[in-house]
Amino acid sequence: MGDFGKNAEAALASAKLRGNLRRAMDGLMAKRGAQFADADEWSRLRALGTNVRRRSLARLPELLRKLEETCTANAIQVHWAETPAEANQVVLDILRRNGAETVVKGKSMVSEEMHLNGYLEENGVEILETDLGEYVIQLAGETPSHIIMPCIHKNRDEIAKLFEDKIEGAAYTEDPAELTEIARKALRRRFAEAGAGVTGVNFAVAETGTLCLVENEGNGRMSTTLPPVHIAVMGIEKVVESLEDVAPLLSLLTRSATGQGITTYVNMISSPRRADDRDGPREVHLILLDNGRSSIHADADLRPTLQCIRCGACMNHCPVYSRVGGHAYSSVYPGPIGKILMPQISGFACYGDLPGASSLCGACVDVCPVKVPITDILVQLRARLEKTKGLSLGSVAWTGWKIMHASPGLYRLVTRVLGLVGGLIPRCAPLLRAWTRVRAKPRFAPKSLHRLAREGGFDHE
Amino acid sequence: MSESARDAILGRLDAGARPPEVPDGDFQVMAGRPGTVSERIERFRTAIEAANAEVHATTPAGWPAFLMARLNEWGIDRIAFGRESWAGRQLIGDRGEAANGLVPFEGAIEDFKETLFACDAGLTTTRGAIAETGSLILWSGPDEPRALSLVPPVHVALVRTGSIHATLHEAMTADRWRDGLPTNAVLVSGPSKTADIEQTLVYGVHGPRRLVVILLADVPGGDDGP
Repeated sequence: MGDFGKNAEAALASAKLRGNLRRAMDGLMAKRGAQFADADEWSRLRALGTNVRRRSLARLPELLRKLEETCTANAIQVHWAETPAEANQVVLDILRRNGAETVVKGKSMVSEEMHLNGYLEENGVEILETDLGEYVIQLAGETPSHIIMPCIHKNRDEIAKLFEDKIEGAAYTEDPAELTEIARKALRRRFAEAGAGVTGVNFAVAETGTLCLVENEGNGRMSTTLPPVHIAVMGIEKVVESLEDVAPLLSLLTRSATGQGITTYVNMISSPRRADDRDGPREVHLILLDNGRSSIHADADLRPTLQCIRCGACMNHCPVYSRVGGHAYSSVYPGPIGKILMPQISGFACYGDLPGASSLCGACVDVCPVKVPITDILVQLRARLEKTKGLSLGSVAWTGWKIMHASPGLYRLVTRVLGLVGGLIPRCAPLLRAWTRVRAKPRFAPKSLHRLAREGGFDHE
Repeated sequence: MSESARDAILGRLDAGARPPEVPDGDFQVMAGRPGTVSERIERFRTAIEAANAEVHATTPAGWPAFLMARLNEWGIDRIAFGRESWAGRQLIGDRGEAANGLVPFEGAIEDFKETLFACDAGLTTTRGAIAETGSLILWSGPDEPRALSLVPPVHVALVRTGSIHATLHEAMTADRWRDGLPTNAVLVSGPSKTADIEQTLVYGVHGPRRLVVILLADVPGGDDGP
């Protein structure tokens, strides 16, 4: 089991973390809001983006076959992996075959699913994160706490100290521009010398065999342009049918994620270096990772989980995430999307507590650019989780609740009794205990609303 | 392993309950405002300047002189370019060889890497541009390798005003990208940047720190030269 409750408590106790998160979330929400100020445009674009994702998923097996065919025709080598372990093995085999000892890496959440860095290091390959945020995280020996802004939980003082400690010749500075310059200098030559580049994929286009990568820093372009080998890893759900489909998704992705009309670079890769090209990698590999996605796809109730385009807006707007941060979830994907995705790809045994870590307020659903019904899926997962548990105090209590609310006589009786003696229930009673540990015990009104209304002369509503 | 993984994944997808077919969506929202050439130029300029690019305007014939006259002012001693692109041929012109400070991309990147890393700037043409987002459309190829717009700290890009599309969707459909994408096509919308440290915007991370756009007025209505 993850221990979200315990982690959340620790996170809430850190004033620094809460300050760092609050500042970041406020900024991201304001920037996104400004992008979608035109409600009509937002609703039409969102409908189109949702349509594209649903259509792609409806045709997923055909589109994957088509993608394999077009990529292969373009000389991109396609590999399939059912599990992260298989995908790691494929990456390592490609690196060994090419004698690559150092890898430069662009930000990729699927590679986090694979725990690729740890795996390659165990096998003697040096792997270097090159996105500034990921570089900070790697130097700190941590994992990303946000899928778009990996080091959002850190402030400049912490990064200044980290750079001074870990980067040779780096002087202490809290200036973001100087810190960025230190990272630029440290990584620049590494791009030129690396044996391979590893990146994720934002969208893969089936009709043209094109991999689209979205970024601001240029490290993704460096990693896919200078090393002799490029390995792209993607979840099988990222395929879209046509190039045209990319346009609405790209607009929704960048505006939702960081409030930018477009990122600095949109990189469309359709082949390795061709005979007459002067640069670009000589080999491009695409690894299609399943890791539970095909099972999610087979389940109509859970399938919309796969519509997600990983913009992170759900996290930025989540009252839970924005207070505890990503690490409390002990998972690759934190926040609302993580709460529905992690139990599905890694099981209830590890992440059974995540679907419960939500008030179902629906802020995530309101901002999701492709209408992933996150709260519906949370409820669905909670119900399934209850079934695996069998009879419990909680399930008995809710069954009682259901019966009571379906029977007016019983409802009157129970509210009457609770009004009279509810106050006598001790705060340490089962079920109440978890609530009263950090809150005052709820007080039962002596008279129910129904009774007050009747006494006030309202016989019918 | 790969074969069996493929069969297992596709097998599960094929066997699962088939989702209802979803009809094509309405792409009308992607059309944006078409506008006249002047309007598109203005919107392109406003958008890309907001992303910290510098925009200059000159004529299709006059840009080499315009560029050469400003290299000094822009602090550029050595600018790399593709010898065989239309811009490269125009830049070399009648001289038949590159002038001082002009560094043609020679051979493959493996042989040219050190030279390129030592250049101050890279010059490229563009396939077009996008007004709505202020984006350059770079279409790399043998004549203009992709590292030219990536490795040197300054990227100078030539944009013909007649090639500015209203939106990305219009550019890709009107120009029929699906019929022939190059090895690498890139949309560039400003100099390289990051906001990973406390959401503070910093320009010049791994790509160019400066982006200089030179508009070439090649159609009527876009003639707002210097």
